[in-house]
Amino acid sequence: MPPETDTEPETTGDPRPRVDMASEAASRRPLDDDRTIVFHVQDLEVHYGTFRAVRDINLVVRQNEVTAFIGPSGCGKTTVLRCFNRMNDLVEIARVGGRIDYHGVDLYDPQVSAVEVRRRIGMVFQKPNPFPKSIYDNVSYGPRVAGLAKKGEALDEIVERSLRRAALWDEVKDRLKASAMGLSGGQQQRLCIARALAVDPEVILMDEPCSALDPIATGRIEDLMEEIKAEYTIIIVTHNMQQAARVSDRCAFFTTEVNEESDTRTGVLVEFDGTETMFSNPSDERTENYVTGRFG
Amino acid sequence: MAVTHTIGRGAPVAADAVRARLQGKRADTRGVGFRILIIGALAISLVTLLILLVDVAVTGWPVLSTRLGDFVSGDLRTSPDEAGIFQGLRGTFWIGVFTVGLAFPIGIGAALYLEEYAPRNAFTRFIDINIRNLAGVPSIVFGILGFAIFVKSLALFPDWLGGGLFFGGRTTAAAGVTLAILVLPIVIITSAEAIRAVPDSIREAGFGVGATRWEVIRAHVLPYAAPGILTGTVLSLARALGEAAPLILVGAVTGRLGQQTGFFDVAQLQERFTAMPIVITTWAGRPQQGFEALTAAAIVIMLLVVLLANGTAIVLRNRFEKRR
Repeated sequence: MPPETDTEPETTGDPRPRVDMASEAASRRPLDDDRTIVFHVQDLEVHYGTFRAVRDINLVVRQNEVTAFIGPSGCGKTTVLRCFNRMNDLVEIARVGGRIDYHGVDLYDPQVSAVEVRRRIGMVFQKPNPFPKSIYDNVSYGPRVAGLAKKGEALDEIVERSLRRAALWDEVKDRLKASAMGLSGGQQQRLCIARALAVDPEVILMDEPCSALDPIATGRIEDLMEEIKAEYTIIIVTHNMQQAARVSDRCAFFTTEVNEESDTRTGVLVEFDGTETMFSNPSDERTENYVTGRFG
Repeated sequence: MAVTHTIGRGAPVAADAVRARLQGKRADTRGVGFRILIIGALAISLVTLLILLVDVAVTGWPVLSTRLGDFVSGDLRTSPDEAGIFQGLRGTFWIGVFTVGLAFPIGIGAALYLEEYAPRNAFTRFIDINIRNLAGVPSIVFGILGFAIFVKSLALFPDWLGGGLFFGGRTTAAAGVTLAILVLPIVIITSAEAIRAVPDSIREAGFGVGATRWEVIRAHVLPYAAPGILTGTVLSLARALGEAAPLILVGAVTGRLGQQTGFFDVAQLQERFTAMPIVITTWAGRPQQGFEALTAAAIVIMLLVVLLANGTAIVLRNRFEKRR
């Protein structure tokens, strides 16, 4: 973790000159198309009741990469993200069509348990949502229900390791029994990341994890993603194009398609490619307009 | 020369003028009027309550100060000098036990099902509306229900089906179950309200780390909702302890009641019973000298009992709140 002064990120929503983001994206490590495919999404669509929220989503997510979902508000990025750990199951009227394969297994197969899915595919939410319990209990809850460790030293060890990975340990090690609600927003979000890491998932879904945070806290979480992606696969939804350019290897651009007849809006995937290509040489005009700040 | 400032697009104004503008008080007559009105409302409620309490305490003082021990441990008598409220306290205690033991778990369970498990469809909405209506049904109707089911019908059952054992006949058990059913809708509604107030983000956080629905409810929803649930259940307990009308129908004894021994004697649940509200109503109707003071003294004790129940709940609630 570099000192705070080094992580002064750009302000959200400020469309910077395109060159900057393109060079940011270009400085990333080269893409490796041989990496294992974790998710294979085919013709995914989500309905809420009779309303079709997103349609025709096709993409692949590869291991140890950061895949970013970008696009204007209301284009279904979050809806798609919540399909990956079956969080949409909790919404009674939601119906998921198409197919998401996780290492070749259909996630929505009736034999597959959503609880098991969520243990392997963790999630960090838009608003920091720690349990109203102690810092220790927040991190230890997942391992305890998963049966990784019940109590004692084994559990202490998991808590420490998770907090260290989430770059929070030094700030909270002396007050693990204190309520998590007393932490700052940025610390709470890192605690939520530690909580997600504690069950040792393979994938971490992040739904605009920095939207409620200041630039310094945002910078820390971005550094964190950079560090942990060697061990995890990350999918991040973000409104902030600079963030996508900074942290992601691949990028999916979504937009909203208005159906004139029924006056409904459906999210569609416009383009999915390496982040560098998306920001420097996108093949779709809509992507180009969005990443250059002309739209959205 | 006065210092001038330019405010917005306006012409330059002197600092004094700025101060005058900032300090200018527009008369907020309506606001002040409303404030007086609501303070008045609070004052009326408090003063009425205080007058009632003082009046009751003063009237009951002769009994409370001279023979408190006898009064609390004595049986119902027709002579005001010997009459006591032991049997009434005993009945009220057991009604409380039945309410806590039956209405609370069943009510909280039903609320959990409705809020956390049941699908939102026409059928559950229908159930929801019905529970709300039940909460508004006059208590006397529940008294009739209690009489018909727990006093009459269950007496026809053989012992091994519960007939004649506790229920059937005008027993403490029949009264306790009747009042538990009376407050059940209130317990369900207030608990459901408290459970609904638990933020979804907490449930999502639980599900997000791979907890099952039961684990999420057990570890996050219930602890978060506990203070609210407790508040609602305590209010309903106070309601159950204060009801007289249904007890009269279920057959509470208003006159002399046979000798009753232990306070906690479970065997006596099959016996006839009375309760504090019944004792108070009966005594209030007696014309003889001395019963006025007895009634007031019984009311004071009754209030203390309810206060004790509420106090316990508040202590418990604070503990839950601290823990969450």
